[in-house]
Amino acid sequence: MIDTSFIGAALPAFSADVEAGRLRFFAKAIGQADPVYLDEQAARAAGFDGIPVPPTFLFCLEMESPNPAALREMLNIDIGRVLHGEQQFVYHAPAYVGDRLTFTPTVADIYAKKGGALEFVVRDTRVTNRRDELVAELRCVTVVRNG
Amino acid sequence: MTAINYDSLNVGDALPVLATRPISRLDLALYCGASGDHNPIHVDIDFAKGAGMPDVFAHGMLSMAFLGRLLTDWVPQHQLREYSVRFVAITHVGDAITCTGEVVEKFEHNGERRLKLVLATKNQNDEIKLKGEAVIGFPG
Repeated sequence: MIDTSFIGAALPAFSADVEAGRLRFFAKAIGQADPVYLDEQAARAAGFDGIPVPPTFLFCLEMESPNPAALREMLNIDIGRVLHGEQQFVYHAPAYVGDRLTFTPTVADIYAKKGGALEFVVRDTRVTNRRDELVAELRCVTVVRNG
Repeated sequence: MTAINYDSLNVGDALPVLATRPISRLDLALYCGASGDHNPIHVDIDFAKGAGMPDVFAHGMLSMAFLGRLLTDWVPQHQLREYSVRFVAITHVGDAITCTGEVVEKFEHNGERRLKLVLATKNQNDEIKLKGEAVIGFPG
């Protein structure tokens, strides 16, 4: 069983840069052809202040942590046994190519279902920009398959 | 993109459907690199079998990105207030994904007119893979 005393624990905060080339690669990978997500001029013509960070890409930037396995290592979880259970984004301010975003993750909850056959880890992450404005709040629920 | 008129929308209205071609192993490799999610279970069949899975399988977040395209094809992204999904079943290699959305509520929040949508992805056999919700704001 995962040690529930880690509920409330903070993971190391880190910053990540939003890069144009990386967003083009992401657009290719998800079949996104809308020029708003590829071309600065098209984005500005559509009323954006730059190429926007697409809705789910904040989760990808969260992988830019110096140690993306920090949570699994802290809780002693085998990567082969994890599934993504739920993902939530609440958006507060836009983010664009060129921004540097700071991610502050915490362990919000740990619980079991089916007599411990499945365990759940809830990670909440606040994302802020250079002006210390709240950009988004992320909630990630990881499912651990036991046995 | 044609501007969406809040007043002309009704509960029960559907968003234009978005359909993908069958997900290939190359798609998973590209998503692995582009997303930064390097969990080998999505790209390394030896690892996946060692973890008790019959094959590699798609990142849930790839399907969430498809649903994100459904949303931003419909309204500009700066109108997106909340977006969440539950990954209810594994999306497999070869699945062709259909993304759907429907208006379920019109309401106001802090003086802003808003819509709640329910979202889903299904494969070619009509099996639901993701269930989600989004909130869209109409400022001014």
